[in-house]
Amino acid sequence: MPFKRFVEIGRVALVNYGEDYGKLVVIVDVIDQNRALVDSPDMVRSQMNFKRLSLTDIKIDIKRVPKKKALVAAMEAADVKGKWEKSSWGRKLIVQKRRASLNDFDRFKLMIAKIKKAGVVRQELAKLKKEIAS
Amino acid sequence: MAPKSVKSIRNPELIPGVRKCSRSQMYHKRGLWAIKAKNGGKFPQHEKAAAAPAVEEKPPKFYPADDIKKPLSNTRKAKPTKLRASITPGTVLIVLAGRFKGKRVVFLKQLSSGLLLVTGPYKVNGVPLRRVNQAYVIGTSTKVDISGVNLEKYDDKYFAKQVEKKQKKGESEFFEADKKEKNELPAEKKEDQKAVDTSLLKAIEAVPELKTYLGARFSLKAGMKPHELVF
Repeated sequence: MPFKRFVEIGRVALVNYGEDYGKLVVIVDVIDQNRALVDSPDMVRSQMNFKRLSLTDIKIDIKRVPKKKALVAAMEAADVKGKWEKSSWGRKLIVQKRRASLNDFDRFKLMIAKIKKAGVVRQELAKLKKEIAS
Repeated sequence: MAPKSVKSIRNPELIPGVRKCSRSQMYHKRGLWAIKAKNGGKFPQHEKAAAAPAVEEKPPKFYPADDIKKPLSNTRKAKPTKLRASITPGTVLIVLAGRFKGKRVVFLKQLSSGLLLVTGPYKVNGVPLRRVNQAYVIGTSTKVDISGVNLEKYDDKYFAKQVEKKQKKGESEFFEADKKEKNELPAEKKEDQKAVDTSLLKAIEAVPELKTYLGARFSLKAGMKPHELVF
């Protein structure tokens, strides 16, 4: 199986450790075997160990170490945010966050909704079973 | 602080502990010589207050045999219990201990003893007007509109135990009488419960599913981590 996600300039990565946990950042330069220079519209450009990054499928078109403005423009042009939120990985993270922020009342309403849905499904299934049996 | 009017300082402090003018220079500056001159060579004095006649102290009638140490006086006053910021009137609370553990309950107000006044409402989950300690409660972020309720007559005295008259010990009567008297709740308290609950119930029924929520008990299920849960 060949590798598909490469460390390259313009690769979008997710920070998986440290202060910036959960942020999407763009690899803007490679420092050495272990570290990359990384940048994002809402953070100061800084170095990060590759171990702290999880590469994504998204890549944008930038030159080595672009100015902040150019970076932001490139990210808009490639619609990084949109692509991320449509991707299954991005959607999963959004759902996780939503679930974690649920109120006690919200959790109760969710439980009731699940029970109702299961009830409806079971009814339909029972109908179908009956049809087959008869 | 009141604004200090910047007047000229008569005797500025040059270095800490060293002022500009000497004692005699200050005497002159303050014009004490003029005050003396005005008053005929000496400072004006007010008349001494007439000494109050000394009270005659009688020798004590009784000298205790042992010297008993007096405990030190303590003038500390306990501060009223601070209410957690998450608990405001109308908050839904989860009771954690006691007969009603797990019940979700509406917070009404904090009493002067620091305990929280709470009601089920009674029709929804069987919790009456009751006092609960803040430490045994989780405050959720769900709020109920409590503006229609009058809570002025409820305080700690309302919940004090009724003092029973002492009965003379007749052996057979003793056991029977006790059993009969415990059960009845005075009608007045039932009326109070209804009065508080009717306005609350209107506010509760206005929110979908809130009534069933308050009727259900809270419990930890598999996978729920209390330190990660948002209440």
